[in-house]
Amino acid sequence: MSALNVEPNFDDADAFYSALIEAHRGLSDEQSTALNARLVLLLANHIGAESVLRDALEKARQSVDEETNT
Amino acid sequence: MPSGRQNPVYAYRRSADQDAGVTSRHHPVVIVGAGPSGLTAAIALDACGIDTVVLDDNDTVSTGSRAICFAKRTLEIWDRLGCAAPMLEKGVVWQVGKVFFRDAQVYQFNLQPEGGHKMPAFINLQQYYVEEFLVDRIGELTRVDLRWKNRVTRVEPRDDRVQIEVETPDGHYVLSCDYLLAADGANSLVRESVGAVARGQEFHDQFLICDISMHADFPTERWFWFDPPFHSGHSVLLHRQPDNVWRVDFQIGADADAAQALRIENIRPRIDAMLGEQTKWDLEWASAYTFRCRKLDRLVHGRVLFIGDSAHQVSPFGARGANGAVQGVENLAWKLARVIRGEAPGELLSTYDGERQRGAAENLLHSTRATDFITPKSPISRVLRDSVLRLAKRYPFARALVNSGRLSAPCRYDDSPLNTPDEDRFTSLARPGSPCPDAPISIDGHPGWLLEKLGGSFVLLVAGPAVPDELRTLPDLTVLELGADFAVTSDDLARRYDLVGGAAYLIRPDQHVAARWRRLDAGAVTRALRRALGCELKEVA
Repeated sequence: MSALNVEPNFDDADAFYSALIEAHRGLSDEQSTALNARLVLLLANHIGAESVLRDALEKARQSVDEETNT
Repeated sequence: MPSGRQNPVYAYRRSADQDAGVTSRHHPVVIVGAGPSGLTAAIALDACGIDTVVLDDNDTVSTGSRAICFAKRTLEIWDRLGCAAPMLEKGVVWQVGKVFFRDAQVYQFNLQPEGGHKMPAFINLQQYYVEEFLVDRIGELTRVDLRWKNRVTRVEPRDDRVQIEVETPDGHYVLSCDYLLAADGANSLVRESVGAVARGQEFHDQFLICDISMHADFPTERWFWFDPPFHSGHSVLLHRQPDNVWRVDFQIGADADAAQALRIENIRPRIDAMLGEQTKWDLEWASAYTFRCRKLDRLVHGRVLFIGDSAHQVSPFGARGANGAVQGVENLAWKLARVIRGEAPGELLSTYDGERQRGAAENLLHSTRATDFITPKSPISRVLRDSVLRLAKRYPFARALVNSGRLSAPCRYDDSPLNTPDEDRFTSLARPGSPCPDAPISIDGHPGWLLEKLGGSFVLLVAGPAVPDELRTLPDLTVLELGADFAVTSDDLARRYDLVGGAAYLIRPDQHVAARWRRLDAGAVTRALRRALGCELKEVA
């Protein structure tokens, strides 16, 4: 069972981040939500492994829950 | 019903149990309800030599088409019981499905059946035909006493029997039985009588189901629309049945007024918008429904055994209601017969609960997931659903996520205590607990099918060499020897069973694998047979 890699792994972190922001430019909130959904689905399929995906879902949820509770 | 078709009416007949002065009104098995589950149970028990009385409050078959999609495993079971031929003849075979989102087709799929099986992947056939053919089959049998217009008013389970009170056109009578099969549907009176509670999820979305007869040339395909322009915000399913009847299933939402939706002046514009006003059609039947996904915690309550919708209900997406029900009945019948005949301990019945809880849980899981995809419950789940559909048009990966119903597949009883776990290595998927795959064979030069030779009793399927004599004389075991009893006409058998030189399979009366070995050993077969009859359960208990 492989775990989610949470160590630094980007070729170029800054370039990715600005590309992500750029991808949302000019979109309404609704369109941005749709873009995020599609991005999640495309990346999830690329990862494929159920254990990694579940780990990612858990960590993402945990992060949101922690934010809400503080 | 299509114009011109009249449901058969079955005459009420007074039974001997109603005569004054009858001393014994006791029967081994009484079945409450003559739907697909109850009728199949009666036929399966007849095949095991068990007498049954079937009580039904009506005098005809199902009103409206209801269950319309019957899967290969279900057809195999009915074929074993001698009822599949008229169903295949009448039914419509389909394999192409198309999925649409808004105004465009997203993709299409083809359930191209794998060759080398007697039965097709699916047929579509109205439930009223299924029931009629099952009743016809019962007419050929001697051990089924099918009593129409016999309404059960009270069920009282006792330690040594179950007492049943019945209302008929001639008045009231009482009978009793060793075992009662509750096949009385979603609103089961029997379930209430024994205090059993079905647990699960209730869905509030309403659906409008219309059977229309069309005089248009429409392909024999399953079409599913998500959010089409002619029915914005909801889903629609179009599916073909025999007699040029088409099932149209509109999701109409939780807040719709079902009584209004059912009025012909409101149905007409919906269907015209879908088919175009030039298409001529007549309404045969319409019904509005909501559904529940739920099951009993225990399918066995002492002498009362639950089958079909009284035991478990699923959403219609995936055709898992009637198909799951028939597979459950097949699981129960051989066990009940052997307990009644004193050949197996009563504990064997607990494995009906274990194995079919697993089957029901699988069916519930798949049908609940399909429901959640078809009717998203939150704004974000709708965004994700619509994103899947948008991506699916372009990228094949997303098609795996599109869920308009995962069509019924048989359950593998992987962890059943009746299985003898594999000790030898096999490359085939026909592992202990699995339903036996079919394969073409020939017997005395005549073409046939493997599944025609399996079931009824236990079968020892062997590929030589010599079978020890002691295995040929065991009760309830039939030896089926490759070479001596049949020949293969393709490599399907070898592939599906990995059945080569010396290997053997022990197969249950319901055509599920109980055990398999690379080398035949009489002692191992005898032990596996005892285990598959539940004898070890008794020792544990």
